[in-house]
Amino acid sequence: MATANDIAMKQGNAQGDGSVPVVAVENVHKSFATHTVLNGISLSVNRAETLAVLGRSGTGKSVLLRLIIGLETPDSGSVRIHGQDFAGLALDRMGEIRKKMGFLFQHAALYDSLTVAENVAFPLEHHRKEMSRSERADRVKQLLAEVGMEGDLDKMPSDISGGMQKRVGLARALALEPEILLLDEPTAGLDPISSGEIDELILKLQRERQMASIVVTHDLHSARTIANRLALLNQGNVVIEGKFEDLQQSNIAFVQEFLKQS
Amino acid sequence: MSDRGLTVAAGVNPALSEERSVRMLSVEGPIARLVNGPFEWFGSLGIFSWKVLKAAVTPPYEWRELIRQLDEVGSKSLPLVALAGAAVGVVISLEARYSLSRFGAKSMFPATLVYSVIQVMGPIITGLVVSGRVGAGIGAELASMKVTEQIDAIEASAINPYRLLAATRILACILMLPLLTLAADACGLMTGWFAQALVEPLSFHQFIQSGFKGATFNAFLPPTFKTAVYGLIIGLIACFQGMRTRGGAEGVGRAATNSVVLGSLFLILADVVLVKFILVVFP
Repeated sequence: MATANDIAMKQGNAQGDGSVPVVAVENVHKSFATHTVLNGISLSVNRAETLAVLGRSGTGKSVLLRLIIGLETPDSGSVRIHGQDFAGLALDRMGEIRKKMGFLFQHAALYDSLTVAENVAFPLEHHRKEMSRSERADRVKQLLAEVGMEGDLDKMPSDISGGMQKRVGLARALALEPEILLLDEPTAGLDPISSGEIDELILKLQRERQMASIVVTHDLHSARTIANRLALLNQGNVVIEGKFEDLQQSNIAFVQEFLKQS
Repeated sequence: MSDRGLTVAAGVNPALSEERSVRMLSVEGPIARLVNGPFEWFGSLGIFSWKVLKAAVTPPYEWRELIRQLDEVGSKSLPLVALAGAAVGVVISLEARYSLSRFGAKSMFPATLVYSVIQVMGPIITGLVVSGRVGAGIGAELASMKVTEQIDAIEASAINPYRLLAATRILACILMLPLLTLAADACGLMTGWFAQALVEPLSFHQFIQSGFKGATFNAFLPPTFKTAVYGLIIGLIACFQGMRTRGGAEGVGRAATNSVVLGSLFLILADVVLVKFILVVFP
């Protein structure tokens, strides 16, 4: 399987145009009651680049993604999308920026009263009103075909497996053709074959769409396959950031321990 | 023996005891939480209401969802409301006949039934039935969506959940409550008359003519339309409780219960104010 770095080398633009990063997280602090989750974290992602965020459970990886899409607000620091500060914007204004993002939730978060096709059509119905019903149906079929779910249009989310739900969630996240893709534990709870299929799918999307992606995962193997860069979090901050080889060569005890246990 | 001596004698470390009492009264202590809780709840409700209002009056409008909710709140509550109204009509009829006979005022029966049903029992019974059915339904549905991150998914899809989920449900409650009240009133009057007619011959025409004799719109319209305020209370509290839920299945259950309990409680309290208001404004 070609890795993300192979793809980036072929495309020759893994680091974007060198100007403003697509996503820039700067010195962000976030606490819940007395528990500090993120402690001055800084990260950035460029176009056509995939950053994998690794770390132990409870180190704030998912909170980081929620901050980037604006579901949480930072206590201090800034989250910039294409250079624009996201915090403090009104919900509708935030919506304009969110249209450029796709988010795959850890448990897919499919709308349980809608069918698979209706789930994928949902963002299109709200934001692509110029599309006719048949155009929308064609687009839904195309998106579901991309994730290998074209035969399950009329099934309910409760009737499909966890892996299939994630595929549908991914199709929904891609519906508005986002420039930024945020994936929260895309392979968690899946068997190795399904995990490999999801990884393959993410690489395919990376090849075809040049999105800036952030993948939160525990799965080091998956991270190594799909990401250009890896960032390892511990106690609310980035311990190390770089390619997999950089992590391997690091002398930091936590990094060595993490690699050994993964 | 000093207080300190007593505490020491009882085997309690005075420093710990002092620390505990400070903690009880501090910002995060249980007593402070008990005092702050209602303020925090009303404050959050105020912020929530403002967000819903802002979302409701600005485009894009969610017409399709509103129509779906009108059906959900209106059509699907109609059988229950009609049945409750019918039962109330029979009860009032039986009670009124007995009480009025005792005071030799049997001729007042039609007016007593009409006024009791339309001014008092119809609105409040409709409100309570809808609070039970719709309030619990909205509270549980939104809470379930919240704990499974479906509301976050809506927001992440650049759709305002206050507009799509809350504003449509609240507006549907506001619009449907007066209509459901009219249905409950009609059923109550029909069954009330029928219960009376079974004992003593009384034509429906005669009953209506006698019951509404000298009545003005002021006597019947405000009590019916005050149920729009009930709708606001039921919808607002159910949406608020649902969308602020935390904690899995237990949280969903709590949201459904709180939606019904608080909705019904505030509805009855609001009725006290509304009755007085109507008496003053529409004498």
